[in-house]
Amino acid sequence: MKHTNMKKMIALALATIMLVALCACGGGSSEPEAEASAEAFKLGGTGPLTGGAAIYGNAAKNGAQIAVDEINAQGGIQFELKYEDDANDAEKAVNAYNSLKDWGMQISLGSVTSTPANATSAEGFTDRIFSLTPSASAPTVIEGKDNMFQMCFLDYPTQGGASAQYISDMALGEKIGIIWKNDEDYSTGLRNSFVDKAAELGLNIVAESTFTEGNNDFSVQLTEMQNAGVDVVFLPMYYQPASLIFAQADAMGYAPKWFGVDGMDGILAMEGFDPTLAEGVMLLTPFNADSTDEATQAFVAKYQELYNDIPNQFAADAYDCVYAYKQALEAAGATPDMTAEQLNDLMIEQFTSMSFDGLTGTGMTWDSTGAVSKSAHGMVIQDGAYAGLD
Amino acid sequence: MTFLNYLLSGISLGSIYAIIALGYTMVYGIAKMLNFAHGDVIMVGSYICFFAVSRFALPPVVGVLAAMAVCTVLGILVERLAYKPLRAAPSLAVLITAIGVSYFLQNGAQLLWTPNPKVFPSVVGNGRLALFGGQLTVSYVTLVTIASCVVIMIALTLFTGHTKMGKAMRACSEDKGAAQLMGINVNSTISVTFAIGSGLAAVAGVLLCSAYPNLVPTTGSMPGIKAFTAAVFGGIGSIPGAMLGGILLGVIEIFAKAYISTQLSDAVVFAVLIIVLLVKPAGLLGKKISEKV
Amino acid sequence: MKKKITLTKYTRSSFLTYGLVIVAYVILQAMVLTGSISSSLKGMLVPICAYVVMAVSLNLTVGVLGELSLGHAGFMSVGAFTGVIAAIALEGIIPVGWLRLVIAMAVGAAFAAVAGFLIGIPVLRLKGDYLAIVTLAFGEIIKSVLNNFYVGMDSDGLHFSLLSDRTGLAEGGRMIVNGPMGITGITKLSTFTAGFVLVMLTLFIVFNLVSSRSGRAIKSIRDNRIAAESVGINVTKYRLMAFVTSAALAGAAGPLFAMNYSNIIANKFDFNTSILILVFVVLGGLGNMLGSIIAAAALTILPEALRQFADYRMLIYAIVLILVMLITNNPTLAAWSDVIREKLRGALRKDRASAAKGGDGHE
Repeated sequence: MKHTNMKKMIALALATIMLVALCACGGGSSEPEAEASAEAFKLGGTGPLTGGAAIYGNAAKNGAQIAVDEINAQGGIQFELKYEDDANDAEKAVNAYNSLKDWGMQISLGSVTSTPANATSAEGFTDRIFSLTPSASAPTVIEGKDNMFQMCFLDYPTQGGASAQYISDMALGEKIGIIWKNDEDYSTGLRNSFVDKAAELGLNIVAESTFTEGNNDFSVQLTEMQNAGVDVVFLPMYYQPASLIFAQADAMGYAPKWFGVDGMDGILAMEGFDPTLAEGVMLLTPFNADSTDEATQAFVAKYQELYNDIPNQFAADAYDCVYAYKQALEAAGATPDMTAEQLNDLMIEQFTSMSFDGLTGTGMTWDSTGAVSKSAHGMVIQDGAYAGLD
Repeated sequence: MTFLNYLLSGISLGSIYAIIALGYTMVYGIAKMLNFAHGDVIMVGSYICFFAVSRFALPPVVGVLAAMAVCTVLGILVERLAYKPLRAAPSLAVLITAIGVSYFLQNGAQLLWTPNPKVFPSVVGNGRLALFGGQLTVSYVTLVTIASCVVIMIALTLFTGHTKMGKAMRACSEDKGAAQLMGINVNSTISVTFAIGSGLAAVAGVLLCSAYPNLVPTTGSMPGIKAFTAAVFGGIGSIPGAMLGGILLGVIEIFAKAYISTQLSDAVVFAVLIIVLLVKPAGLLGKKISEKV
Repeated sequence: MKKKITLTKYTRSSFLTYGLVIVAYVILQAMVLTGSISSSLKGMLVPICAYVVMAVSLNLTVGVLGELSLGHAGFMSVGAFTGVIAAIALEGIIPVGWLRLVIAMAVGAAFAAVAGFLIGIPVLRLKGDYLAIVTLAFGEIIKSVLNNFYVGMDSDGLHFSLLSDRTGLAEGGRMIVNGPMGITGITKLSTFTAGFVLVMLTLFIVFNLVSSRSGRAIKSIRDNRIAAESVGINVTKYRLMAFVTSAALAGAAGPLFAMNYSNIIANKFDFNTSILILVFVVLGGLGNMLGSIIAAAALTILPEALRQFADYRMLIYAIVLILVMLITNNPTLAAWSDVIREKLRGALRKDRASAAKGGDGHE
């Protein structure tokens, strides 16, 4: 009895010491850094740097870092970039956002994924900190918030619908099937907009099947598709589950046409992935790491050199975000000693009026809702590389 | 035929759960602790095999052996450093430490090997057997998985039933104090149990990633939880129980997806589990221990 | 002559807990008002309150009732979703924010209590790890169902649908719960003061329950179920009482947490969250409510304070967790601090004795 009491006491003592120490460091750090440094714009962003979605957050962080280093080396406008981990969770994203505020963030790259972005965009709207998110594509991220802008196109209305339109226009198949991840907002949103558009176009969706996080066995879903005689399967998902679907379909001897989404970009860069499995996969994506475009090649080469990996569209979007900021800040004549609120108003003005050329598109414009207008390229995977579809 | 195909998928998935569940159950039976880090040992094993085969182009057998060796050492290390000092502590304290170890392994793996998913090379070969004129196909991975599961279970049953160390394990599981009085070294018995459990985890990891070739630092967590469920389902502490629980769980999961709803398959699996436990409160093959008054 | 008030040891420790919570609230609120608090810490005040309520309520199940629950986040989830739906549905009717928050918490608590009751009946027939796994299963079922749950609201009222987003919503209606996307566009109604009030209320309920006749019955069941049964204690009733109370309090914490953010998804309340809360309880000490409070606060702040370590943050968090468990369970250290405590107590007693001149040596 005494022993357990003692244990509690020690636990308490330790916890208290920890708490006091943390409060002290949490409270003190805000004071000196809250003021804007005079030389560089403080650019902050949150993304999943740890956990299951870490690949997206790290890609965005790395892409943004390359852009910042390039811009800083040129002289002129200077950036100081800080990415904080949100583990793809709304609560931690708000914590990360607050910690960036303490650091003195003036303009923001929002959050990388949609659920955290929904939470941080509400905070940024209230605090009047302008944000341009590289990849959080849910409509709710920008809805009703005048200072929230997106670099990627809106998944749900744009991409799902565009995919259905494309399948219909090209008459890719008679019987359409969908496999989607029903516990993920990205996948569900794309599926819903695809289904809506398909109904409008009179596409014949004969089979639908779902999966959830942590489920790696697709035998049932694929058998359903096969039994329904599906010849085009729409896969609104990230590339990780898609790679499993391709492998298992191959093992079953089932070979329909696959139609993917921008989240599937990156599949060819997976270490150990057999590109023949993805042969003939079609997807709409704004970025193509194999493009012969000079800027893209330079970016890909630098990314590979620094991070030993091929960049995906998250990296490219984040890279573009920083350059878009550079263009907007220069055009507005903004200086790093301005407050976040001043910059916020300038950025709203610039972004709704400017046109931007980047890796993920040319002639990009933004409307007052914050949604970007750029075209998605139809790509098809041929001989282990992307090729334009049109 | 579709039914048979589903059944085979279920048994194959279930066999992987079963091998993971065997590790859970052995450790639980002897150390009376839920080793939540078990799923992450699986992940480490998969990575070791991946690097051996993909990066160093070693033959798959060497990869599997390397994974087993590393996991065995890891299991013993974790046991020595994190669990052994807590032998006298309440079981919940050990549980939390295990969770800490699980966080540690996941985050360590992410730092060492990046969060980027890797495609696991098949250590079995990608071929498949076509039966009944191609209506029923069985991949080699499935066959090897099911076969390994059966072999491991038989080997473990023989080991615990007939060897000296196996008997010592059973004695420790019944009553540690009495076992010690009979001259059994309880500490080293527990260490051996962890070593075996972790070695099995490596095998499970290799099979898991061969069947579902996708490797990230969180690869082990969901199968870990499912296998833990399977171990309880079959009656925790019982070796045939873990096997039966694992296979049933896999089959129920596939059937729930196929015949009820893919959207709610997890809910269906857990609902079946609850119903079974209400009918058999100690799991399918668990020992019903009469309470001392 | 004044009447001597004798406080039991338990009452004294509960007063200490109330006191410390009030002091912490006053200090932090003063820091908020004077603006001397970092945004980071300020942003964590409400979630800390929610986690404290979760930890204290789980401690009732794990520490006082003695049953391991691995699905506590499920009840929080039920409370969060039902409470927020209520708050949104009442937006047009009740304009007062704090009143809607109170209603949301009450609704959340009520639904979670019902869920706790329905789950408790089968669960409490089981024991030990089997009970734990069934609570885990229920947590996963709740998550899975909520991920496929759609609620819309239009002029006709609320529409519900499972599995499909077609809720038969009229034109101009609003989707409140949108499957895996959860609830978005939540008005942030939660405040630190609301959180503080809920923490105090939770402590009040839990302390009173534990020190009541029912509480003694519950503890007797924990310590020896058969003996308790043999003296005529209705085991099922008291176990259910503790379990349902615990669920209801978690349900009240749900809306507090959810309405601190603009959106909430079902996957937030998964197995990992249940485990996190269990970590608070075990680290703080079973049955020790003050311990739960401090552990919940410290472990919520710790990952934030470790941000400076960037990539190594969660690795360090894991190491700290392991080390704390090892150190607090180290017999040598415990014996060593036993000695110190005895000395302190001896010194105190001497002081008191000399002050009261041997008056009342009442312990």
